[in-house]
Amino acid sequence: MTYEIAVIGTSWGGLAALHQILGALPSSFRLPVVVVQHRHKDSGQFLPRVLQDDTSLCVCDVEDKTPIVSGNIYIAPANYHVLIERGHLSLSTDEPVAFSRPSIDVTFISAADAYRKGVVGIVLTGANSDGARGLKRVSDRGGLAIVQRPETAESSIMPAAALRQVPGARVLTLAEIADVLAALTVAPAQRRTGT
Amino acid sequence: MALPLSDSGPLEGPPVSYDPDLERIEIELLLEGVYRHYGFDFRSYAYASIRRRLWKRVEAEGLRSISELQALALHDATAMDRLLLDLSISVTAMFRDPDFYRVFRQEVVPLLRTYPFIRIWHAGCSTGEEVYSAAIVLEEEGLLDRARIYATDINDRVLKQAKAGIFPLNRMQEYTENYINAGGQRSFSEYYTAMYDGALFSPSLTRNTVFSQHNLVTDRSFSEFHMVFCRNVLIYFDRALQDRVHALFYDSLVMLGILALGSKESLRFSQYEDCYEMLHVKERIYRKVR
Repeated sequence: MTYEIAVIGTSWGGLAALHQILGALPSSFRLPVVVVQHRHKDSGQFLPRVLQDDTSLCVCDVEDKTPIVSGNIYIAPANYHVLIERGHLSLSTDEPVAFSRPSIDVTFISAADAYRKGVVGIVLTGANSDGARGLKRVSDRGGLAIVQRPETAESSIMPAAALRQVPGARVLTLAEIADVLAALTVAPAQRRTGT
Repeated sequence: MALPLSDSGPLEGPPVSYDPDLERIEIELLLEGVYRHYGFDFRSYAYASIRRRLWKRVEAEGLRSISELQALALHDATAMDRLLLDLSISVTAMFRDPDFYRVFRQEVVPLLRTYPFIRIWHAGCSTGEEVYSAAIVLEEEGLLDRARIYATDINDRVLKQAKAGIFPLNRMQEYTENYINAGGQRSFSEYYTAMYDGALFSPSLTRNTVFSQHNLVTDRSFSEFHMVFCRNVLIYFDRALQDRVHALFYDSLVMLGILALGSKESLRFSQYEDCYEMLHVKERIYRKVR
């Protein structure tokens, strides 16, 4: 199986979890990754900056119509939804979904519908159930569904909710998730320009 | 109170059994039909967003497919009205991105002050949150009486709402915080009267504002402006349409005129990038220099 994109969703406790996963990815990592971390609407550029310290991969703030490039880590901006299309990312200011903007479900579902079985969906620690429906869509489309082992999560609510929706998901610790990601076969390079 | 679970809730797209290739055909046919029958051109809107909004309407109408929605919208003008509202509304807040309004006040207002008479265009103003926010800043800076403001949108219904100046009461706490974070100088509640069904903003804020229908996709420039606001509107357009609208803005700005985009939008990759300098990088405020 070859994969084209990974999507990671997390909320409460996500920063430490993301540190651990991104920090463990090799510099040769080729899969584009889109990270949706719930946070305050005016939180600005703090998250991409602090995550960039963990890795030699490029951690980018998402702008509208950002081209998807192999090995880049894209961070959903506060107060926007990120929609994934083949080759680029679009933004939306539509209503929050289940009180969240960015919504993990919105990004995961758009990824699953655009890249179908080429998607790896990963739900990490969090204190709500966003991401569960999105992960189900990833799984239903034939993608790889991964959930952080709930008892190892700072908040187990989000992983547990995802597991209820996708009982067959792979249940892994953060270190194992990084290993699995690094070992994936990645589809040939993405186009360098969007749309 | 238990948090609502997102395990159920509105569709975020088609059922999983739906063929994505067929879906794209249906969406293109619907948009073509809407354009040819009603003249509203959504054919160059960003696919993922319009798809999401179409499925919301499919669900709200109790339908099962995009094709059913197409039939309904083409045969029933009132259903088209509802669809038009879904497709054209942009969701925003007063003083959304407070930092932007702080920069507007501190760095743009002094430039506008140099003109004896200021013409401003809010392109795609939707329900008017930004129009009122900017008017409050201009009022506090003593510039509102020198300004002529055009607030346009494709959709008549949202324009009426904008003109009425009534916003949900339950948003006032958030808007007040935004206003304070944006450097507001008064008590925000001075600007509105709380009624039982909403907050009515002072009509004097729009005393120099003309609300008018204008379609960014098909209509041309209608004046020359010192400043154009178009924040988080172009994100709903595809790249080709974004370029066309940038041509329209370029033609509509005076030399040294100012263009304010959303904080995640840019002129990068657009053919007009070289025609502007950045006045403020983070808040995406540009100035036309050639």
